[in-house]
Order: sequence, then C-alpha cells, then structure tokens
Amino acid sequence: MATVIIPTPLRKFTNQTARLQVEAGTVGEIIEKITFDFPELKKHLLDPQGSIRSFVNIFSGDDDIRDLQKEKTPVNESSVISIIPAIAGGKY
Amino acid sequence: MALSNIQFSKAELARYNRHIIIPEFGEEAQLKLKAARVLIIGSGGLGSPALLYLTAAGVGTIGIVDFDVVDDSNLQRQVLFDIREIGKPKVEAAKRRLEALNPYVNLILHNTHINSENALEIIRDYDVVADGTDNFPTRYLVNDATLLLDKPNVYGSIFQFDGQVSVFNYVNKNGVRGPNYRDLYPTPPPPGLVPSCAEGGVLGVLPGIIGSLQALEVIKVITGVGEPLSGRFYTFDALNFESRTFNIKRRDDNPVNGKNPTIHKLIDYEQFCGMRAVEEKPVKEITARDLYNWQVTGKLFKLIDVREPSEYQIAQIGGELIPLATIAEHADQIPRDIDVVIHCKSGARSLKAIHELEEKFGFKNLYNLKGGILAYIDQVQPELTRY
Repeated sequence: MATVIIPTPLRKFTNQTARLQVEAGTVGEIIEKITFDFPELKKHLLDPQGSIRSFVNIFSGDDDIRDLQKEKTPVNESSVISIIPAIAGGKY
Repeated sequence: MALSNIQFSKAELARYNRHIIIPEFGEEAQLKLKAARVLIIGSGGLGSPALLYLTAAGVGTIGIVDFDVVDDSNLQRQVLFDIREIGKPKVEAAKRRLEALNPYVNLILHNTHINSENALEIIRDYDVVADGTDNFPTRYLVNDATLLLDKPNVYGSIFQFDGQVSVFNYVNKNGVRGPNYRDLYPTPPPPGLVPSCAEGGVLGVLPGIIGSLQALEVIKVITGVGEPLSGRFYTFDALNFESRTFNIKRRDDNPVNGKNPTIHKLIDYEQFCGMRAVEEKPVKEITARDLYNWQVTGKLFKLIDVREPSEYQIAQIGGELIPLATIAEHADQIPRDIDVVIHCKSGARSLKAIHELEEKFGFKNLYNLKGGILAYIDQVQPELTRY
C-alpha cells in the first residue's frame, strides 16, 4: 500500500493521523479514497469541479505530480505521497 | 560597489575570522557579504533570526521593512526584541539591537506597510530579498515585485508546526532561472479555508529554525558558496521531526514570467487573494464606546465572546464564551428578540461568526464589536491585559 503523508493543518480531518496507508493504482485514486474515508478533507483538497486545488501541492516521492502524470501518476507499494498546502504565516 | 574598492579594517578581519578561515568561504566571500544589500521583509518570527544572523555575518547593508510595533505577545518567538521595546516601532527596536551586535553594518529602515504602490521602490535598491511576512497577499506581492525587478527571493513560511523554505527566481551560474512562488502555488487559498491568526498559532522555535535557514540561503545566494535551494522546496514538520526536499519547476502558464505573461505590473493582491469579496458583505458594527454606553445605561442586549477559553482567561468583558468553532451548535441559545453583540480579539473571528449565523440561521440582530476586545481595552478599560 502507498503511504500518504498528511500535513499538520489537515490532520484534524484525519483523526490526527499523520500517515495513511492506501491501496491504489494512481494518485487520483488515492485522493478519491482518502476524501471518501475522511469527507472533511474534500473541500481542502478538491475544488467544486473535483480538481486538485491549486494551493495544494501533491508530490510523489520528490516530484510534483504536475511534472509527472498529474492525477494519473501511477503509485505502487513503495510510493510516498506528500500533500503540501500553501502556508503563509500566522495571519491570513 | 566593486569588490576591489572594499577593504576590511583589522577589527573586521578579527571579527569575521571564523568565516574567513573556512577554505570554501575565505575573505572573498566575506567581501561579497560586505558589498551586498539585503532586504528583510517583516522583522517578526522569521525576520528576527534572519536579521540577527545576517547582521552578525557582516552583510554590508540590510534593509528592514515592518509597519508594526512590538507587542508583548510577539516575544514568544520574535527574539530580536525584549520587554523594553514594547510599544515601539519594530524597525527602530531592531536597529538598536542590531547596531549593538555589529556596528559595521549599515541598516536602512522602512517603517511602512509594503504594498503595490511602494514595493518596487523599496525593493529596487537591494540585491536579495528575504520574505518573512505572515499573509498571502504580501507573499504574492513580494514574489511578483522580485520577478519584475529580477531579484532572488529567499522564501520562508510557517504555520503551527510546519515550515517551508525555497529560493525563488534565482539565476544559477549557467544563466538558468529557477521557479518562483507562482510556479509552486499558482493561486492562494480563499480566506474561508485558512484559519485566522489567533486560531492558527505557531510554535515559537519553528520560525527560529526557518528564519535561520533563510539567512543561510541569503548568504549562499550572495557569496555563490554551495548550492542555493533553487528549484527545490524544503518542508519541515516539527511535530514528527520530518524534513523533505521536493523538486519544483517553472511553469509555462506562470502569469508573470511564463510563456505568455499577462501580469506586467503589480496588481491588487488583496483582491487576488479574495479578501475584498469578504469585506463587501457588510455586517452591523458597534464601537467599543457605544458598547460601553449600552452596558452602563442598562440597555437589554446580549454580549457573546467567540474567542478561545485560553484568551478569555487573559481578559474578558462580560460576554458569554462560545468559541467560533462551536458557534453553529449553540445557535439556538442566541436570542433573536434583542440586540446581540459578538466580539473576539480584533474583529475577524466575530465577523466570521456573524456571517455564519446570518447565512445558516437567518439572524438579523447581530453586531460586530469593531476592533474586538483590543479596541475595548484601549478605549474603555485600559487596566485589562492586552495580548
């Protein structure tokens, strides 16, 4: 199963779990599964059209999935998927 | 200034000896530091360590941009300041501390709010910018200004336990330009999806770490020693002690320096970040003085405090405590037949609470305390503790 690393600001939506193990073939499937298991994640990760929000970056290993095959980027047992939202400091 | 025109006094050579004896660094890198002009935007959590280390390291000219004054609640992380400076402008407090640290550094103070009107003028005279600001509109403003002026931008950002660092718009030795903030994050989150300052919080040591990393990258960019963090994006999770460095690339659709740029000058960044839309939904407001009049004249109304219990312990003005996160579940306890005043620390969370109560539950009798409890303390009850 692929490992998904949840950033601290989003852990309140995953019962404070930092790492999720997800069985999936692509990054898109991973997002689908974790937003199904943790519905409150959805509005933070996906826009109303269902695309990954442009202020949330998803990396497979060391690389931005926008530079790979985007949501179709394949994942395997050893994949580590990191979700990194934009942060700006204390204030909005 | 040409390097050949710069010389060190004996005292400077002695002071910078621990730099100069590093084989990869040497006197040449130290001379480059002295010749350099660095602008630090924000002298708070990130700016404090960055300014201390860059001043100590001997950067010749350092500009500091900050509009704020030192507050007691800053001292948990802003190690540049101490209790003697509370209430004084941060740039002046910073100058006193930094001049005492290194008299060979020329400090230039910009006691102003950086914005689309003044950013190019302020940044123009510097070689490198380090962005230590605390909000999205200023992040995009600094990014775009450094692109338009062709300056490298050493980025650091923090939130709660997470930190990020990168070097944007850096041109390497082969003349290849690296990515920038708009390549990494094309658009900011809408305000509703981001916790505000008082809800967010930050562990005080974290900006110390991230701001120090910014100082490190500034020194590398200036001296050419090592490989700056360009085209790479460093993240640090202090809670689990995990750091990762990702690869990032330029994007053809970057509106400032992509293939078909559409932004050729600075724009309205508050609008870009969706903040105007929030402001356009007006709610009824009451000033601290008017609230005090209501209290002393015995007018029938209810006061609700949407801050956190920890803040209530510091100072309170007689409101019923219902933290913002729980306001919806307590909506049925809020009267509809009398006026209701809602307050928080400075007015942002109470505004959110009113929007939520009006939109979801149809309330029409809610007033936002303008400026929050801070305004009340300033105007009505100065003996209460500010925080």
